Amino acid sequence: MAVIECNDVSIKYISGDIKQIGLKEYVMRKLTGKFNKRIFWADKHVSFTLEKGDMLGIIGSNGAGKSTLLKAITGVMQPAEGKIHVKGDIAALLELASGFDPNMTVRENTYLRGAMLGYTKEFLNAKYDEIIAFAELEDFQEYTFKQLSSGMKSRLAFSIACLVEPDILILDEVLSVGDGAFRKKSGDKMKDILSGGVTGLLVSHAVGQIRELCNKVLWLDHGNQIIFSDDVEKICDAYEEFLETKKLPENEADFDVMAIAYNERLKEEREAKKAKEIAKLEKVIEDGNNDSVVEAAVRILMKNSPELLNMDEIKNRK
Amino acid sequence: MTELSRTYKRTKRNLLKNRFLFEELVKRDFSHKYKGTFLGMGWSIMAPLLQLLVLKIVFTEFFGRSTPHFTIYLFSGVTVMNYYREATNNGMTSLVSNSSILTKIKVPKYLFLLSRNVSALVNYLIILVVYFVFCAMDHINFHANFVMLIFPVMCLLIMNIGVGMVLSALYVFFRDMTYLYSIFLMILNYLSAIFYTVDRFSPKVQRMFLANPVYVIIRYFRLLVIDGVVPSLQYHALCAGYALFFLILGSIFYKSLNNKFAYYF
Repeated sequence: MAVIECNDVSIKYISGDIKQIGLKEYVMRKLTGKFNKRIFWADKHVSFTLEKGDMLGIIGSNGAGKSTLLKAITGVMQPAEGKIHVKGDIAALLELASGFDPNMTVRENTYLRGAMLGYTKEFLNAKYDEIIAFAELEDFQEYTFKQLSSGMKSRLAFSIACLVEPDILILDEVLSVGDGAFRKKSGDKMKDILSGGVTGLLVSHAVGQIRELCNKVLWLDHGNQIIFSDDVEKICDAYEEFLETKKLPENEADFDVMAIAYNERLKEEREAKKAKEIAKLEKVIEDGNNDSVVEAAVRILMKNSPELLNMDEIKNRK
Repeated sequence: MTELSRTYKRTKRNLLKNRFLFEELVKRDFSHKYKGTFLGMGWSIMAPLLQLLVLKIVFTEFFGRSTPHFTIYLFSGVTVMNYYREATNNGMTSLVSNSSILTKIKVPKYLFLLSRNVSALVNYLIILVVYFVFCAMDHINFHANFVMLIFPVMCLLIMNIGVGMVLSALYVFFRDMTYLYSIFLMILNYLSAIFYTVDRFSPKVQRMFLANPVYVIIRYFRLLVIDGVVPSLQYHALCAGYALFFLILGSIFYKSLNNKFAYYF
């Protein structure tokens, strides 16, 4: 049984109607016959199905319609066309740090946000210390929210949202919160939750993250669905090739071509890097008048590419 | 059968879930109002008292009104009008000012409106206590019928929620509402016979005053408290009718626009 089913979903934004341009402009444009609403389709005919335990990675450049799609799945927005079926509780982590009340304390905000995410009072009472400890905000509990740094806010938001045991988890660019140490901690926590069999949707610009965490991938571009596939490696390769060349694949075979091209490029880059490193090493050896430098260089060369050295000659020299 | 019990369980869970959110929202709205002021909650008593004082001085000293129990007459109007104004004004902005939350987390939107109405009601109940103190000072005869005042307060609460639904939905699409509504409130204030009596108008005009729901509620208070008369059954029906009318109107209005809100925040 599918947990999430998106069926030919299209979502639109309307701009340029009376609310945005004001009454004066509206009358003017009506009179001159220039009035027209601009309809912007953020997502066009997107379809995919997720089973329990699936982790979907959504990729695409800025403005591809990723966050809008997540909003529709969360239920915040309604699709203009198509149907979305969702089975189970959703915990959505969309743009975490916004929506807090700047004039309320950390404690009050924690309870309010918890309540919005659907936790009970008892649950929050029991988990409150854990939340604060995870966010590392023990000393800031009675501070108002506007006094916190933005990193602290995101940390708290993440900690509150991660305590749920939801059926469906929606992550919008949230795995890059806080400083390095916290990022590692939150990443571990996330993996912990994901291994518990939830169905997840992850939007990320870090393709490495998608490769690591997801078993399905959806590629969007300007609202169009490029592909939905479970061959994560191939699609990610093709996507990274797209980021380089800015050329979209036109048919099925293109994905293979692009993936191969990407790997070729990767290989080339690796070789170029290697060559650069060797050049650097050579320079060190050339410049080094110290015996120990020479010796170290020889040792490295012996280990990495012994074929470069004529062993007998070296031995003889010694 | 299992389907039914599951539905019941889900509804119950939802209610429990939302009850906590509701409490937190009311708490927030309440603390918001007086954040950073020295008097804090004291203002919900001070503000109407000062307003009352000004009206009392202006209309007894300058215009020489001699309505019996004029203080209570004024006070009844001022408190009801203030409550209506606060509840509907706050209700109007309830969706827009919480838009940053509404566009990210799926929460029942009407809760924000309800919580503002409840915090306005609590405010009103506090000032009602002061109102009764004034009644005692003004030698009003207290009698058991005063319990009946719960009825107009309930009607007003329901009406405020209904009006709030209409206004909050309109405000999402049409930000000019705040300005238009403040003008409307000013007109309503003058049409509600807060500082004058309607006796000097013809019976026909007096009946026309009954088309104003806020005046109907104010008159209920005056009839019961000052005149000690329990209004007629028809009068009760009128109050309840207004409340229901606005509630239904609000619900329909709100429901029809509900799914469009997210595009306009």
